[in-house]
Amino acid sequence: MTKSFRSGSETVTAVTGVDLAIAEGEFFSLLGPSGCGKTTTMRMIAGFEEPTGGVVRLDGRDVTGVPAHHRDVNMVFQSYALFPHMSVADNVAFGLRRRGVDKAQIRSRVAEMLDLVELGHRGKHRPSQLSGGQQQRVALARALVNQPGALLLDEPLGALDLKLRQSMQVELKRIQREVGITFVYVTHDQGEALTMSDRIAVMNRGGVEQLGTPAEIYEHPATRFVADFIGTSNLLTGTVGGRTDAGTWRVEVGDGATALAAELPDGAEAGAEVHLTVRPEKVRISVDEPEGAVSRLPGTVTETVYLGSATHYQVDIGSDQRITVYQQNTSGSGLVAERGERVWLSWTPDHSYALTD
Amino acid sequence: MSNREYTPYVLVLPAWVWLALFFVVPIGGMLSLSLTTGDVITGFQQSFEVGNYVDAVSTYWEQIVRSLFYGACATVLCVVIGYPMAYWIAFRGGTHKSTYLLLILLPFFVSFVLRTISWRFLLADNGVLLGPLKSIGLIPADLAVLNSSPAVILGLAYNFLPFMVLPIYAVLERMDARIVEAAHDLYAGRIQAFLRVILPVSLPGVFAGVLMTFIPTSSDYINSSVLGGTHNTMIGNVIQTQYLVNNNYPIASAITFVLMGLLLVGIFSYARALGTERVMEVHT
Repeated sequence: MTKSFRSGSETVTAVTGVDLAIAEGEFFSLLGPSGCGKTTTMRMIAGFEEPTGGVVRLDGRDVTGVPAHHRDVNMVFQSYALFPHMSVADNVAFGLRRRGVDKAQIRSRVAEMLDLVELGHRGKHRPSQLSGGQQQRVALARALVNQPGALLLDEPLGALDLKLRQSMQVELKRIQREVGITFVYVTHDQGEALTMSDRIAVMNRGGVEQLGTPAEIYEHPATRFVADFIGTSNLLTGTVGGRTDAGTWRVEVGDGATALAAELPDGAEAGAEVHLTVRPEKVRISVDEPEGAVSRLPGTVTETVYLGSATHYQVDIGSDQRITVYQQNTSGSGLVAERGERVWLSWTPDHSYALTD
Repeated sequence: MSNREYTPYVLVLPAWVWLALFFVVPIGGMLSLSLTTGDVITGFQQSFEVGNYVDAVSTYWEQIVRSLFYGACATVLCVVIGYPMAYWIAFRGGTHKSTYLLLILLPFFVSFVLRTISWRFLLADNGVLLGPLKSIGLIPADLAVLNSSPAVILGLAYNFLPFMVLPIYAVLERMDARIVEAAHDLYAGRIQAFLRVILPVSLPGVFAGVLMTFIPTSSDYINSSVLGGTHNTMIGNVIQTQYLVNNNYPIASAITFVLMGLLLVGIFSYARALGTERVMEVHT
């Protein structure tokens, strides 16, 4: 799908070459920073925007050009967009009424849905009388009651405070399992996406950077953008050297230090410049030089942050490169090294990925 | 009490003094005047003459009914013309919204009386509007609009239209565009979305607009005296004549209170009718 907007004489392309197949019953997230095109993509699925190129298929049927009110998808808006002049029950019943479902059935389905979101006793209230979290659940019920082919959620937890957001994440996942409807979830919060999703499409500048399960995306970021956007990642720039006896590649990362990579990206060979990623929690920090077939880098501690259960270290490894290390405080002996001390950093080759882009 | 507790009362004091001096005192004076007998030369004596009210209603009931009727017609006309205007500016006005609003307010820069008199030229028997239509035979040559009820109602609707457009515009402009999208998302077409969501949510604006047009139009006297001729006088004309021409203050005051009473009763029943829980949706 492609979507361009015209603003005056300029044409702005919001989404380009996005090609996604979302499976039935899946919890699918579109994750990316603001302006990456995730909301536009969702609005094209909903029918609020028409793609300038490509097609939208729902359940195999081409719905491109079909207006929103004829599409079998429902949306949960970021601002909830509840009808302020109607009671909670009337809000939930709105879609069923428009479809001409008979009254007795509307009543029972609305009651059932309000029970599912634990608002059974609130049916007669106005949306303005409810808290943010409750309004959020009304918005969810109002969309789900129609048993759509897919439910679209546009940053639905964005307006809630942290505690509520965390409990709603669990709640959403529970509801999704119970109703078995496909959820398409738009968020810029990587924690949210990792917690709830079956699969994630990481988007950037109108395109999809990587598509995969939360574990794949976290453990094997395909691009520097993904490595950087999902969690914290160390990115080292280096030159590919030779191969070791064990079949891993040596990557020279300045000042003669060598890191190991299990594989090289497609097209890269000895002599190429690559970026190595390694998660801070995968790096070990020690005073003595470690043994074995591991990446081994000497450095100087520049910063320590004690967090109780863990300590974060910043280590300068020379040639303007820094590595962040998260070390669990298991021994109770406090810091491994103080600021300014020389240390060794090490990690196994399968924990770092070489990327060209 | 500390200073802090006095502050709100001190701040509200000028408003209270203003209201007392220029509203409560004159109203009291007029109420007392409406119950007196006598004339300008011999003076008015307080005699608690309730008969003034009986006289006022029995003599001028025709003008009272006509005023309320004209006011209602003009108000309905304002809703019918003003709602689409407000809707268009709010949703389709784009970057030129304030220009359109200025255009609506532009006539206000010209005197109210002058604007009304200009309608005499527009509606004259062979004027810019009727003349050409008559010359091509579209309407009968002896048709006259001036000095008739439609002329007065048109004038009223024209003069008070902005009072209807602005409050409706204010509500539509503030409306969350997402709730309209939500309605479409929940299978409502354009008409259903308008009837079930946009219209009910904008009713407070219509309510305010109706008050702001119905009250001044039904008590107006300029339009009927400029455009209505002698047979379409409104209650405002009667009050004006009784006060300024006949100097019959007691009757003039009594009519004023009758008009005020009727408007208040009307407003309260209207507010109650619209204020009830649900206008468009039936509860499950």
